[in-house]
Amino acid sequence: MKRFFLLILSAAILLPVLALSACSSGNSGATGDEADYDGGYQGEVNVYNWGEYVSPGDDGMLDVIAEFQKRYHIKVNYTNFETNEELYNVLTNSNSTYDVIFPSDYMVARLREEGMLAKLDFSNIPNYKYIDDRFKNMAYDPDNEYSVPYTWGFVAIGYNTKMIEEGSITGFKDMWDPKYKDDGILMFNNSRDAMAIAMQLCDPPIDPGSTTFTREDIDRATQKLIDEKPVLKKYVMDQVFTEMEGSQSGLCAYYAGDIMTMMDNNEDLTYCLPEEGSNLFNDAMCIPANCKNKENAELFIDFMCEPEIAAANAEYICYGTPNTGALELLDEEIVSSELFNPPQEYLDKCYTFSNIDDDIYAYMQKRFVEACSASAEVSSVEKKTVNPAAVWGVGIILLVIIIATVCIIVLDIRRAVKNRGRIFKR
Amino acid sequence: MSSNSTASASAAKTRVPAAPHKQRSFMKSKRPAIPYLGWMLIFTIVPLVMVVYYAFTDSKGHFSLEAFENASVYSEVFLYSLLIALISTVICLVLAYPLAFSISRCSQRAQSTIVMFLMVPMWMNFLLRIYAWVLILQNYGPLDMILNFFGIDITLIGNSGAVIVGMVYEFLPFMILPLHTVMSKIDPSLIEAAQDLGCNRIGVFRKVIFPLSIPGIISGVTMVFVPTASTFLVAQYLGGTQFMIGDVIERVFQSDHHTGSAIAVVLMVVILGCLVFMNRFGDEEAVS
Repeated sequence: MKRFFLLILSAAILLPVLALSACSSGNSGATGDEADYDGGYQGEVNVYNWGEYVSPGDDGMLDVIAEFQKRYHIKVNYTNFETNEELYNVLTNSNSTYDVIFPSDYMVARLREEGMLAKLDFSNIPNYKYIDDRFKNMAYDPDNEYSVPYTWGFVAIGYNTKMIEEGSITGFKDMWDPKYKDDGILMFNNSRDAMAIAMQLCDPPIDPGSTTFTREDIDRATQKLIDEKPVLKKYVMDQVFTEMEGSQSGLCAYYAGDIMTMMDNNEDLTYCLPEEGSNLFNDAMCIPANCKNKENAELFIDFMCEPEIAAANAEYICYGTPNTGALELLDEEIVSSELFNPPQEYLDKCYTFSNIDDDIYAYMQKRFVEACSASAEVSSVEKKTVNPAAVWGVGIILLVIIIATVCIIVLDIRRAVKNRGRIFKR
Repeated sequence: MSSNSTASASAAKTRVPAAPHKQRSFMKSKRPAIPYLGWMLIFTIVPLVMVVYYAFTDSKGHFSLEAFENASVYSEVFLYSLLIALISTVICLVLAYPLAFSISRCSQRAQSTIVMFLMVPMWMNFLLRIYAWVLILQNYGPLDMILNFFGIDITLIGNSGAVIVGMVYEFLPFMILPLHTVMSKIDPSLIEAAQDLGCNRIGVFRKVIFPLSIPGIISGVTMVFVPTASTFLVAQYLGGTQFMIGDVIERVFQSDHHTGSAIAVVLMVVILGCLVFMNRFGDEEAVS
């Protein structure tokens, strides 16, 4: 009886599942032609891109990947990376091969110098003609043989007008101002960007776009970051969205496209183009030297340069597009925004990152963690990050613990030996 | 004490009838443990050896104490983390002890229900739970609104207090469960006997319940102190600019394995020392 009951129960649970799956398969059969192409593919292309960096097809936007698959019957294997360094590590250390990658400027330079990029055949990329001339032949690829620019952007400042009077923020120097401490100041939680801002504010300023930093340069920038700690609320990356959109914090430095997204979600927010200038970055499309589907990859790059596709992507990610055809298709509201298309005078003040030596980059990362973990109460007079009292404290704790442990173990062994002796006597 | 234990051992020998030889050898066989030993070797011993190796070498692979010298920069963070862990552990113990005791006095059915409710939050990912605390404590969040209504205007998030609240919430079940297990095993007749012999309530607690619950306290404190000292992300979400040592290890490891390993080794030594000390203390108390 019990078994029979169980059988009925499981059937009752299974039935809706079956019905559902039948429904969904029916659905996909009906709309297969319009949405995902799921017929046979004639090839594939492995794309390695930043997260959230193509239009995904929600809210009536164009699903770029599906569109490509449908049009060319080529399967797109789409995967994401989070940092340029991760991309570099995967390309050098892993067996997986990619056909299209999206490195940033300095990483293009590095990959190019190390011979890890394939020369592009521009006759296969006719839509290259839409790329604005000012984005061709950039410093990271002087003869423009290896890369097609995909997006560009810069670092700007966002702030909440409910907390901070509109227009009172003029540059990065305000992020060091104790006046705004209670509003919540947010800084990049990323060594390269945070250090660059600190370098601009050093006296005399250090050029963050330089190819050669000395350790002293980095030490000075670190000290500048430590000086900010007493007024700073947090180091953030993605948390910046919840902090700013929820009006938890009032002032942040972040990527301009993302500040535009935040402003869409919280109308109290506004922006400022820092008077010091800021980091201008380009992300480009490249093909690794060891790629397996070069023709498909070039087809994909060409597809991404099509004005409609580039416009859909730019509208979704809110970063500047170098594609002149796309600019004509985009809403006037977006194109006229200074965050999307800043004036040339501002761009002249900006700098781009260059490829720096591994050990200098490691030193930069190390010093940044030290700045992050330095005590917030450090006064600007005290130039050291090491507190000798704390070092002694840890040392003494360690010593006491080791001695105590050794004592206990010795005592235990002695007792065990004694006890054993007694047992044997009996 | 030793004569006592040997006597009881010999008594046990005479009382228990000898089990059939075959069964006993099966029970004693160590073969079923081999997969676990392999697991431990690959995923515990080898990584541990690697961490120690990295801590005592420089980037060229030579022996050096350079990593420890670099790690000394983080001493302050280290002490801060130990302090946070200590405070959280004490708060957990104070909260959990009476709770565990009252649970253990309930009926069997009520006990299992309450324990299940304690476990329910742990079915969710711990980051989500911390994120919930961010929403509760944030400015214009529910708690802030209520306090504002009563005219109290304070920032609840972004300080050490918020980190401790998060830690206590996170690890309270790990304190309650071992305490509850130990306490529910205390024979009620022992308490009755103590009362019969003239103990008042305080005496019962001091002479019977507390000594018998010490193993639970030890394992509870271990299970709370060790993770709170080394946990990361909690401080990043609930705290302000002050990192904890777990965050530092995570960040340092991204660029420098040697320094990261050195910090980890120091942390391990401190925790190991505490454990040895606590175990010893627990043994003594339980025996006497």
